[in-house]
Amino acid sequence: MTVRELAKTLSLTVLNEGDLDRAVTGGYCGDLLSWVMSRATAGDAWLSVIGNVNAIAVCVLADVSCLILCENAPFDEAAKARAATEGVTVLRSQRTAYDLAAAIEEQRKGM
Amino acid sequence: MKLQYTIPADDFTRAGEASAAVKATLKRLGFPSETIRRVAIAMYEGEINMVIHASGGEATVDIFPEKILMELADNGPGIPDIDKAMTEGFSTAPETARHLGFGAGMGLPNIKKYTDELTIHTELGKGTRLCMVVNVAQ
Repeated sequence: MTVRELAKTLSLTVLNEGDLDRAVTGGYCGDLLSWVMSRATAGDAWLSVIGNVNAIAVCVLADVSCLILCENAPFDEAAKARAATEGVTVLRSQRTAYDLAAAIEEQRKGM
Repeated sequence: MKLQYTIPADDFTRAGEASAAVKATLKRLGFPSETIRRVAIAMYEGEINMVIHASGGEATVDIFPEKILMELADNGPGIPDIDKAMTEGFSTAPETARHLGFGAGMGLPNIKKYTDELTIHTELGKGTRLCMVVNVAQ
């Protein structure tokens, strides 16, 4: 499943468009950045409520496929600018991380 | 190839610029993606540590075909107890850093996890120097 397919299926808002054709190979939930860098694997969709510039840096360094901001978490201006420069895909949903993770897994299993 | 960066003090917005630049350079040079990921994460954790605890510092990266050497040096307060600092979950980061998503107590443990060699030289009141080696995946 690609990021584009995931965004469409789960009706996620695209806040910044990176490589939408990249495969989503798994998922990771968490808001502590070092924890995410330690545990998330490359290609994961990262579900979080941290929409700051440091989260974008973590996306780049941990090489996740996209950042999904859960529960309509804010995405600040500096983060927007950095995401655009770095080509990081940032999506948003009003659903909780739990809900989204379950939905993503359901989609992944069905494919 | 040698790369050098100055890590700014108290600037969480700019922290990560050096590691992102190193990542871009390694990518351009064609290093394996897992090697690049390990270097980038170790370096970012080091950068963040210098921003949080040490008013910034200097980073030097030496790129060889078989390994990447990173040296991060600061003039901060030093690490009183390295064993504690290496323990997952132990953090002395201030509230300001925690609000940004830092302070998980995973910085040094992550650096150890993602490097093949880690040497920490630290002196209280003088500063800390981290020497990290990541071997290139064959």
